Amino acid sequence: MTALQHVKLGTYYVVHLPEADDFDFWRERARALVQCDVPPDRIAWVEPGGSGDLFAHGERRMPVPPMDAKPVRANRRFVSLARNAILHSDPERFALLYRLLWRLQSSPRMMEDKADPDVRRVEELDKNVRRDSHKMHAFVRFRLVESEDEEVGEHYVAWFEPEHHILRANAGFFMRRFSNMRWSILTPRGSLHWDGETMSEGPPAERHDAPGGDPMEDLWRTYYASIFNPARLKIGAMLKEMPKKYWKNMPEASLIPELVAGAQGREAKMVEKGALEFEERPDTLAAIDKAIHACRKCPIGSLDNHAVMGEGPQDAALMIVGEQPGDQEDQIGRPFVGPAGQLLDVHLEKVGIDRRAAYVTNAVKHFKYVQRGKRRLHQNPGAKEIDTCRWWIESERAIVKPKLVLAMGASAARGLLGKTVSISKVRGAPIPLEDGSELWVTAHPSYLLRLEGPAREEQARLFDADLAAVKTRLEELA
Amino acid sequence: MAAQTILQKLEILADAAKYDASCASSGTAKKNSLGGKGIGSTEGMGICHAYAPDGRCISLLKILLTNHCVFDCHYCVNRKSSNVARARFTPQEVVDLTLAFYRRNYIEGLFLSSGIVKNSNHTMEQIVEVARILREEHDFRGYIHLKTIPEADAEIVHQAGLYADRVSINVELPTDSGLTRLAPDKDARQIEGAMGKVKSDLVEAKDARKRFKHAPRFAPAGQSTQMIVGADAATDADIVGKASRLYDNFRLRRVYYSAFSPIPDASAVLPLKRPPLIREHRLYQSDWLMRFYGYKPSDVMQATEADGNLPLDIDPKLAWALKFREAFPVDVNRASKEQLLRVPGLGVKAVGKILASRRHRALRLDDVALLTQSITKVRPFICTVDWRPITLTDRADLRSLLAPKAEQLELFAA
Repeated sequence: MTALQHVKLGTYYVVHLPEADDFDFWRERARALVQCDVPPDRIAWVEPGGSGDLFAHGERRMPVPPMDAKPVRANRRFVSLARNAILHSDPERFALLYRLLWRLQSSPRMMEDKADPDVRRVEELDKNVRRDSHKMHAFVRFRLVESEDEEVGEHYVAWFEPEHHILRANAGFFMRRFSNMRWSILTPRGSLHWDGETMSEGPPAERHDAPGGDPMEDLWRTYYASIFNPARLKIGAMLKEMPKKYWKNMPEASLIPELVAGAQGREAKMVEKGALEFEERPDTLAAIDKAIHACRKCPIGSLDNHAVMGEGPQDAALMIVGEQPGDQEDQIGRPFVGPAGQLLDVHLEKVGIDRRAAYVTNAVKHFKYVQRGKRRLHQNPGAKEIDTCRWWIESERAIVKPKLVLAMGASAARGLLGKTVSISKVRGAPIPLEDGSELWVTAHPSYLLRLEGPAREEQARLFDADLAAVKTRLEELA
Repeated sequence: MAAQTILQKLEILADAAKYDASCASSGTAKKNSLGGKGIGSTEGMGICHAYAPDGRCISLLKILLTNHCVFDCHYCVNRKSSNVARARFTPQEVVDLTLAFYRRNYIEGLFLSSGIVKNSNHTMEQIVEVARILREEHDFRGYIHLKTIPEADAEIVHQAGLYADRVSINVELPTDSGLTRLAPDKDARQIEGAMGKVKSDLVEAKDARKRFKHAPRFAPAGQSTQMIVGADAATDADIVGKASRLYDNFRLRRVYYSAFSPIPDASAVLPLKRPPLIREHRLYQSDWLMRFYGYKPSDVMQATEADGNLPLDIDPKLAWALKFREAFPVDVNRASKEQLLRVPGLGVKAVGKILASRRHRALRLDDVALLTQSITKVRPFICTVDWRPITLTDRADLRSLLAPKAEQLELFAA
């Protein structure tokens, strides 16, 4: 071959690269060497700071390609991989790329052979570099340095330790993103400075050249801790994407051990607040009676009061549900014995419903009140409290299995439906319940007690009409 | 009560936003801040700026404008009847926070949602106002994802799409009956109507840009939605069916699944155990099968077990392969791309490498091993020049051979 005239047989060439990431320099040298037909095992590539002494006796002058040398072939795929792979910190990368380029001359499609060890290796290098770049985009953390000088204004400085020679290659990303901001990225391999118009490079830096903190980091840490869902701890998934080596330069990472350690406790607390769902249902009325006396699931249970259990036949076709026991019910321990209960009895008798045949109970089992002197004033239970107590009314329904449930008042309706409804809109017609029974809603008798004159007469008439409808429906269902 | 600090508000409103699964910042139009007066860029690929110990990516500042809400959806921690701490940001506060975080490279942008205050229109206007200040006053060119409220006027929702990279409307639950029961204030038809409107806006804007260079962009990263898994009785087959209808009807970019997780102050209407997290994972796998592997929804449904749910111990692709053993083994040197994509253990990348490599050599088992993650998983389903799984595919215990080994659970595992 003609090239041999220019290459001394057995010469060992040493190529010193001016920069570790200088692809264009490598390409130019590699092209000449291929054209001179220098095989891969006759070249040593030395990067700055590399072990060049080993090759002190090598030939440092480059061979001159013959005039009629064939052009060097490299496909686009190779060039794009090589551009990235050369940024890798593996000292063997230059030799690997040269070997690939060398082999490409005789088998131009070899880059497609993914099972070839050289192809696999260069793809691996490329992947590592792309990942490192991606992590740099993600994990660089700027800290604000406020200058006294008005002219200079805000300056954002970051300290980052990339694994490969990727700093220069990624300057463009940060420039495009923060083009109207003054920033610097300092790394052990060099630094970048952007003043809003031009990019400049600086020497390698050390950690203490960068600021040690930023007031905004407290907010960022707060965000990091709050957005984390302790119910789904997946530490492996986090470590895979955010390996520990990056942690030391990320302000939020200092929280991780604490968050992980606290997660179980936080989840337990979340579950405990909704803990009723996770218990077993009592299967007899006696068991419910016993359990409600011990119930402290909502604040009402902790007042000075007694739980009041429902009463009536265990196989009653009709279940009547009120809001909660009142002062007298609490003292006597039976539902609907106070003024509202007495009024209810009057109306039930009037339409011909036998209270003794019905199961009478309340949506909330304990009496909620505020103390005013010697008197305990009735307080409406909150939606949350009713929802909590639903557990018991559902348990009672599961045992008694009434065909028809009559809810008196909005609280009772919520206790059965789980949502607040307007009495005037839903009264007078059945609402199907999930277990196949039906719900009728009417006003609470204590509502009647609070009214006077024609308004009371009107409401009493409506109440009677509701009760009468229930009676008719019960006879149909029987 | 003393006025809340930004820090306290952030704590409450980030906490309230964490049940939204999406944090994606990918797939939008390329833009950067060169020549502008602000900051920000999006270059196609999303960036996860941090990962929380729950393994989820933190890409966006994901917060609620407020967690006050007039709705009473039982699965939601912010429902009216819940007694969580409440807070409210002003639009300007959200803007300042977003920019401060963005300048320090903590985030890719903002994902803003909100509880409903006053009424739907008022709330939606506030959300749009945040995006307007960011885009118009600060020339912010980062990523913005706005949650839109289906009950709000179409005109305001349209405005949101003009500022945002992505808009989303949550369908919340896979079945209409579930929605009626658990989200009494929401209406399935209204939600789908709003999604349909966004779709037509997307199509229209895309068409306009073909004809007029300066036609305004409308949500270049498209629309997405989220479904809660395990809060109602819907099976995986129902969910997959619903998701594929949504993909077809509304050209969604993504359907997110969020496993119902115990929320503080849960409503009593949810007499539920938390669904295993792995169920959510299996649904995402099936989503991938439909989006990248050419499976039809009916294929995924065939992989479900008798109860309509995907098996939890093995992935849906393996489940399908075990049910249709007659489709295997597949010859890696001859089979079509579609056939190779059905082989358990071969991903889209591995299939691409096999197709490229087999033009150069007849693949042996060792070659395939270099191209895949785990040859043991693939082996029973393929033939190579030197390998033929004679007995394996007929073995009744193949499933137990391939299923990942059961792990001893930690006593105090979370």
